[in-house]
Amino acid sequence: MLRVENLTKSFGGVAAVSQVSFDVPEGAIHAVIGPNGAGKTTLFNLITGVYAPSSGSIRLRGEEVAGLAPESLARRGVSRTFQNLQLSMNLSAIENVMIGAHLRLNSSLLAGMARWPGLAARDRAAREEAAALLAFVGCGAYVGAEARSMPYGALKRLEIARALAAEPKLLFLDEPAAGLNHTETQEIEGLIGELGRRGVTIVLVEHDMKLVMNVSQHVIVLDYGKKLAEGTPDEVRRNPEVIAAYLGAESAGA
Amino acid sequence: MTEAAPRTPLVSSRASRAVWAPTLLFAAALVVLPLLLPNAYYLDVAIRIAINATLAIALNLLIGYTGQISLGHAAFFGLSAYGSAILVGEFNWPPSAALLASAALVGALAYVVARVILRLEGHYLAMATLGLGVIASIALTNEVGLTGGPDGMSVPDFSILGLRVVGEKAWYWVFAATLVAAIVLAGNLVDSPAGRALRALHGSQTAARAVGVDASAFKTRVFVLSATAAAVMGSLYGHYEGFVTPGLAAFPKSVQLVTMVVVGGMASIWGSVLGAAMLSLAPELLARFEGFETIAFGAILVATMIFLPRGIAPSLSAWLQRKGS
Amino acid sequence: MSQFLQSIFAGVTVGATYALAALGFSIIYNASGVINFAQGEFIMLGGMIAAFLAALGAPLALAVACAVIAAAAIGLIVAKTAIEPARGAEVTTLIIITIGVSMVLRGGVEVTMGKGGHALPPFSGDKPIVLAGATILPQSLWVVATTLVVVAALALFFERTRLGKGILATAHNRLAAQLVGVDTRRILSVSFALSAALGAIGGILIAPIANTSYDAGVMLGLKGFVAATIGGLGSGLGAVAGGVALGLLESLTAGYLSSAYKDAAAFVIVLVILLVRPSGMFGAASSSRV
Repeated sequence: MLRVENLTKSFGGVAAVSQVSFDVPEGAIHAVIGPNGAGKTTLFNLITGVYAPSSGSIRLRGEEVAGLAPESLARRGVSRTFQNLQLSMNLSAIENVMIGAHLRLNSSLLAGMARWPGLAARDRAAREEAAALLAFVGCGAYVGAEARSMPYGALKRLEIARALAAEPKLLFLDEPAAGLNHTETQEIEGLIGELGRRGVTIVLVEHDMKLVMNVSQHVIVLDYGKKLAEGTPDEVRRNPEVIAAYLGAESAGA
Repeated sequence: MTEAAPRTPLVSSRASRAVWAPTLLFAAALVVLPLLLPNAYYLDVAIRIAINATLAIALNLLIGYTGQISLGHAAFFGLSAYGSAILVGEFNWPPSAALLASAALVGALAYVVARVILRLEGHYLAMATLGLGVIASIALTNEVGLTGGPDGMSVPDFSILGLRVVGEKAWYWVFAATLVAAIVLAGNLVDSPAGRALRALHGSQTAARAVGVDASAFKTRVFVLSATAAAVMGSLYGHYEGFVTPGLAAFPKSVQLVTMVVVGGMASIWGSVLGAAMLSLAPELLARFEGFETIAFGAILVATMIFLPRGIAPSLSAWLQRKGS
Repeated sequence: MSQFLQSIFAGVTVGATYALAALGFSIIYNASGVINFAQGEFIMLGGMIAAFLAALGAPLALAVACAVIAAAAIGLIVAKTAIEPARGAEVTTLIIITIGVSMVLRGGVEVTMGKGGHALPPFSGDKPIVLAGATILPQSLWVVATTLVVVAALALFFERTRLGKGILATAHNRLAAQLVGVDTRRILSVSFALSAALGAIGGILIAPIANTSYDAGVMLGLKGFVAATIGGLGSGLGAVAGGVALGLLESLTAGYLSSAYKDAAAFVIVLVILLVRPSGMFGAASSSRV
């Protein structure tokens, strides 16, 4: 599904991501972990088109997509959530989810103004689908609410609902559990597991190690922009270099 | 997961019929209004309100709904007014053809402008639109040979399919029709997927792009739409007034339009109608203050923006909602 | 050659006024993020009040001093009554508020001093000085010299005084400034008073050369905004550089291209700058984290 080769991004002399390579097979759930500043969100931003790479290649099902704009990647089935919530707070909760389905609806301005036949019916159907998604992510109670009246935990799940509305083939979750309490994190865990069962390819960045270990099949560790290690959650957990990166060199022996 | 999805459909057909009611009532009121107005002077006031309201709705789509800024929108209004004046007055084009050509030309200009400046944001975009507006009005003032210079030029009557449109009564129907059309079309747009994309862009351009909204294309399209609407109104206005002056495209007129949108209510179609009505009537009502009109107008503006920052219409509807709950 | 020099002199003179206006914009922008569309009216107030007092018989120095103090006081009142209550409002709302303020000020002058033009007597006579084949009014020398002194004083103020440093701190990071004890609301009032005074000084200096009237502020304000944008909004050095650059470009356009389109020159230049380097000559480029 996704092949990243020697991906590098420098910001004025500092390499935020350096020569990173990995593969994500279709239907897998991968996690990217690493200390703060390791380059995880930059990596996401590179793959989802927010930044253009300085060098390297990104292949989506064989097609080279490095440097394409986020809109183009969305058209190719890529969807994502953001570490610092990016929601249209001027919209209602359900409209935020509906916008996820943008590419599947007729978004011509002229058709909209003229109230083209079928547009209203298709929109009603999109609204029903959005309501179902809200329920699926556990935000069913907010179906009539404005986004700006929702609590933080619900907003995080709202973003996931929006990402799902696009019916993505490849879903990027950037710290989905950040700022959530124990119960909420468990709900996210269940959600990710269910998505995996439905065949969505998922790559997530997370700091919550328990979530990462429980949910992912494969883990990639970044440190200072470079790939430090990769493997199954167990392998990575026991890798001395990974332990050193997180806890300091002295703990590596323990 | 936690709760089951609610079973009731989210938009009943009864609800969507209710959406049409205000527009129909308004249209009915517009039909009745001329019977209530004593003379042509009042009709003229009503016409000016209608024109400003249509302009405000068009501008609101750009600044209220999509979150862009334009401090030079009057330029599109004025340029097309002159375009029609020149094509009909100097080149003897039929007025309806001149209207279409002029509005199309201004729309094309808006397209070029949009492609170039819409990548800017915030006060940079404000400055760019302001600059373009001022350049347009200076050009209109200085190209005396073509435009008659600061004194302006006269505009022949409008006629379509052989029928001449003359006088307040006839023009009232034209402008009432364009206003209702603007309300309906804008209302349709806002509720459509395109409208949602525009509003989503306002909230978070990053998020909208991530779900596939082509930000620059959408911003360009709404800019051109808004400009073309202003252009059409400009041409019609020129024929109605019989005269065009460079002031039609100048900064004060652009400011007046933005003020109507912001005071009436951003992202509110009825707010724009309200804002246009209030700000068009204000000079008439304030004339009694003889010399103090500018002070009074400015003070009202400041007070409204401090106490009702979202504009009158949204604040009003929020207040009514609170009363209801 | 002498025409070129003439254009240069004229350009630097008017550029000094733009520089003071641009400084006013930048200071307020730094303190509050507000683009003050009433800045032009502060310029106009300086010239008008001074002319009014001088016509009443006050000695020039007194009229000038009173005008500057009056303008500063008006700036303070504007900050307290119109800007502070609207803290946190959207950009467009704040723009409309400052436009409303400009209308109140303009209307106020129209009512108290009429619509006619007013002039200040030149500070040291009006016998032109001949320099390298070009003539220069003594008033122009006053304009340039005073502006230099004012800019130097401002630089000292921002770098040496607590208040000045407080303003800079607020500009960089409002919350951090509040946390270290800077009274940010006082900063807002001070910025408006300071910017009004700066604008007024500019207006007074140029009044003997160009007649001032109740609506002289509109174009001056817009061009001050353009100058600030060209130099880089928020940068003091940029404001001065932008003002002088704008004055020169305008003057050269009038002299060599077309005096009718002189006003348009400012806006053409700003468009070019915005497209090529929006942060202006000395502004900092900004980026946001996603």
